[in-house]
Amino acid sequence: MKHIIKIMSLLVSVSAFWISLLLTSIIPESYTLLLPIYLIVSLGCYGLLMVGIGLMRFPTCPYESVLLQQDIVEAKEFLKENEVDVGSD
Amino acid sequence: MEETMKKNKYSIIVPTYNERLNIALIIYLIFKHLKNVDFEIIVVDDGSPDGTQDIVKQLQQVYGEDRVLLRPRPKKLGLGTAYIHGLKHASGNFVVIMDADLSHHPKYLPSFIKKQIDTGASIVTGTRYVKGGGVHGWNLMRKLTSRGANVLAQTLLWPGVSDLTGSFRLYKKSALEDVISSCVSKGYVFQMEMIVRASRKGYHIEEVPITFVDRVYGSSKLGGSEIVEYLKGLVYLLVTT
Repeated sequence: MKHIIKIMSLLVSVSAFWISLLLTSIIPESYTLLLPIYLIVSLGCYGLLMVGIGLMRFPTCPYESVLLQQDIVEAKEFLKENEVDVGSD
Repeated sequence: MEETMKKNKYSIIVPTYNERLNIALIIYLIFKHLKNVDFEIIVVDDGSPDGTQDIVKQLQQVYGEDRVLLRPRPKKLGLGTAYIHGLKHASGNFVVIMDADLSHHPKYLPSFIKKQIDTGASIVTGTRYVKGGGVHGWNLMRKLTSRGANVLAQTLLWPGVSDLTGSFRLYKKSALEDVISSCVSKGYVFQMEMIVRASRKGYHIEEVPITFVDRVYGSSKLGGSEIVEYLKGLVYLLVTT
């Protein structure tokens, strides 16, 4: 099944639930009408929150850069010994 | 584990374009970190004018033409087809794909191999976004777009892997051949398409943490056109997978 169909069916079932709430009026209609707006706002908040958390906990590795420089020096020595001419860059 | 490793052969495909120095460094580091493993390095060079191929030929003299293979193409023909080209010449039952610019460090290769043997996975993908992984050399804007893109893709595609656009991966050769034939995207959307299609086909995918060092600070900044390409890729994957 194409993924878009999964997402569409999810959306359809959510709207069906909403319409049934509207028709049966278990909760006051004025509240029910606002529910889609709450849903969109909370989805947006979820997205922003996830991006925020991801940014705060973004894994960095400054020491890896130092290790890599050491590896490069070591590799260059080996290449020089074996007369592989990589140039001065 | 030792026994299984002896039976397996790993073909490491490295596409290059103007990587004269880096290809020499990476080949040295691969040999340094992969002891007691049967492997070959396949360099797919897209007609670099800087003499990358000459360097690879010199390295063949050092390591042997059966360990370092040069399979050039006449001109720049794109990443996806570079893998297909390299794959044609691969004699291993496993294929590793990695970038030549040293943002992917060969020291992680043993952990890919170990993970595959321990779990029997068809694909092991390197991820920067778990404990033990990480990125160095990105500014705030780059981190922000990366996180935003990731949250969007995770929410819409449910791919089951944490790092979609990473390209340091180990594949069972048959799995790579199967997946690559159905991929049409370019650039890093291609990497995303590969892993999403593999996930949809039901391949067993495992992850290992890797670190990603951007040596030229800010070189991988994302412009507006890349973001548009990414969003187009996302929609494309939504309707086709």
